[in-house]
Amino acid sequence: MNIPSTSLCMATLLAGALFYGALPPRTSGQATSQAPRPKIIDPSVVGEENAVLTQAPFVPPPIKRKQATKVIVKLEVKEVVRKLSDGVEYLFWTFGGEVPGSFIRVREGDLVEFHLNNHPTSKMPHNIDLHAVTGPGGGAASSFTLPGHTSQFSFKALNPGLYVYHCATAPVGMHVGNGMYGLILVEPKEGLPRVDKEYYVMQSEFYTSGKFGEEGLQFFDQNKAVDERPTYVVFNGSVGSMVGDKAITANVGETVRLFIGNGGPNLVSSFHVIGEIFDKVYPEGGTLPAQHNVQTTLVPAGGSTMVEFKLDVPGTYVLVDHSIFRAFNKGALGMLKVSGKEDLITYSGKEVDAVYLGRQAEAGSAAEKTVATLQEQVKQAIQADPKISGLTKEIQIAKGKQVFMQTCFVCHQLDGQGVLNQIPPLAKADYLMADKERSVRLVLQGMTGDVVVNGKKYNGIMTPLNNLSDEEIANVLTYVRNSFGNSGDAVLPAEVRRIRSETPPPAAQAQYE
Amino acid sequence: MLYRFIIQSIVLLATTSLCFSEAGRKHEESAPAGMVLIPAGLFKPQIGGEQTTNGIRLQSFFLDVFPVSNIDFLQFVREKPRWRRSQVQLAGADESYLKHWSGDLELGPRAFSNAPVTFVSWYAATAYSFWKSKRLPTTYEWEYVAAASPTRPDGQNDPDFVREIRNWYSTPSPEILPAVGGKRANMYGVADLHGLIWEWVSDFNAPWAKINGRGGSEPGGELFCGAGADGSKDRENFPAFMRYGFRGGLQVNYTVHNLGFRCARSAAGSR
Repeated sequence: MNIPSTSLCMATLLAGALFYGALPPRTSGQATSQAPRPKIIDPSVVGEENAVLTQAPFVPPPIKRKQATKVIVKLEVKEVVRKLSDGVEYLFWTFGGEVPGSFIRVREGDLVEFHLNNHPTSKMPHNIDLHAVTGPGGGAASSFTLPGHTSQFSFKALNPGLYVYHCATAPVGMHVGNGMYGLILVEPKEGLPRVDKEYYVMQSEFYTSGKFGEEGLQFFDQNKAVDERPTYVVFNGSVGSMVGDKAITANVGETVRLFIGNGGPNLVSSFHVIGEIFDKVYPEGGTLPAQHNVQTTLVPAGGSTMVEFKLDVPGTYVLVDHSIFRAFNKGALGMLKVSGKEDLITYSGKEVDAVYLGRQAEAGSAAEKTVATLQEQVKQAIQADPKISGLTKEIQIAKGKQVFMQTCFVCHQLDGQGVLNQIPPLAKADYLMADKERSVRLVLQGMTGDVVVNGKKYNGIMTPLNNLSDEEIANVLTYVRNSFGNSGDAVLPAEVRRIRSETPPPAAQAQYE
Repeated sequence: MLYRFIIQSIVLLATTSLCFSEAGRKHEESAPAGMVLIPAGLFKPQIGGEQTTNGIRLQSFFLDVFPVSNIDFLQFVREKPRWRRSQVQLAGADESYLKHWSGDLELGPRAFSNAPVTFVSWYAATAYSFWKSKRLPTTYEWEYVAAASPTRPDGQNDPDFVREIRNWYSTPSPEILPAVGGKRANMYGVADLHGLIWEWVSDFNAPWAKINGRGGSEPGGELFCGAGADGSKDRENFPAFMRYGFRGGLQVNYTVHNLGFRCARSAAGSR
């Protein structure tokens, strides 16, 4: 019944296919990318040049020219597998083949002709939002580019300052989270104050399927990213990117400027250089050195900061995010190595290395003498007989009581009397006191079957307690062997260790658990 | 290849059983070779799409089990010389058209015969479909089928399925695409919707196909930054964002190294 209409439909479609030019699928009459655009002429610029792009930690040289010009920036988007940490690889989405993206340096008033090239091997379309751009999307609206294609747009660098750029393709958090950010400096007309060294440092986070340090190619973990629980927080795209041989360097007497960016995608950085004080801070990448003498400066996600400081003392200065677990556990750590002559007045180095006993025993006081005497006695006692000394046995009994109160008393009762006909007593127990090694094995292995204690027969089950440490077992046995009317020698951790090594693990353990 | 064999067997069985169980019905209800019947259903766009409360009613249709392969497409250009690499017009396909082939009628070492054909434009994909008496699937049809995991129609609730799709974005593109049929088919019996290539749809550039249909003159202009999250029902459906984003950047003559297609056909009884 439908055959005629289907055939008709097919005929129409075939006709369309034969003349594909008459089959424009565009419904809204949008211009294609091939449509000619008016050529932009900016009368205020003179000449034309290609931008010098650098990879972190390096920065293009300061701009010397005194007039605005047309600057052509060609930035290539590339998806590359790189090292995130030792043995850990990640598919980074990059501007320029590295994380962070290439550093771009232009001058206030320049006309920037921007070419975004998406490498043919890319899986994704990408675009770019430069915070230095005035206009919709910061360029993102004009730079959406499929793999193997290129986009071009121009903008006037109206506002000087240090700006973040990033990919803004949905889902934007994933594009940023995979490494798509960098810095563009719009140098003020009058230039920045002269310094001796400039470096590019950009912080960011990575959210990987595996834990920190888990080897192999790691996948992007969307849940961690949405929850803002990064696996890695790093400077310049990987753990150790600025450490050891790759540390940035300077000499004593030089002034260093750091262009600090934060790609995020989520965290705000508490940027700090251990052992240095920033002489000048340009907060949030603005052009006003608004603050002097700063220890730690905030760098917002999708924001930047410039800092300048003169180096007075040689040595290694550690760059950290002072949200300190990020530095210690997640990788947010870099190094600035400064060489030159020591300045002992500014920093002496270690002058004294001596014992300090704390406030409770001030030098020369009676208390100090008492502490010293006791410590000496303990030392001598241990030296004389490391296995048994009255003092360590007392400590063992006190510690063993804690173990007993957590583990044993439920069955054996607080007074060690056990439970009539069910749980044998520990108090004055012949079975316990007759064989020290057996009691250790019993704790390690548990026990089932008949046992006669103080003339009475018991048939119960004791759970193996081999989850206790050697020391805990030694202590608790020392406690029971010296409590409830018992009196015996101590059980030493070393004895437990030896017996544990000679005793097979309890086969029947599972059934008790 | 094993999967491919299994899938084909299933398709064959499904087709056969359909013929038996629906004996007496019209012959055209059984799926054509290499296609499976997708039953009519309700499609609820998770992101993008027309804003509906009740979802969109889809008629039943047939869909290719696999993406169109290089060897399939070679057959097409043999018969239709105007779609050969050297003869195609730029308005119909850009400079990269079939560039992974060695020549007009030669696949060569960079294009396995049973790998999906890529570097094809919308025009070329559409012409191929017509030549096969088929058509490209619509966005809704494609998304409806692609939402299914191997075990359930709402794949977004199948963590393994979601993880596998996401992980594709975290692995580098292979230099040379592998053969179709390397992964399990989904519950409709359709394979390779994820994890191999992007695919053309007939209406890739419909205004509502943009994640946030505000119009605008720039392709993909609505997709940048946080704006893409407006009006989407499932902000965590990153793969869907990427597919809509990718389609939003396409032009009819574009060709891309990882963009191919598969064909659909309306089922008899439907429009």
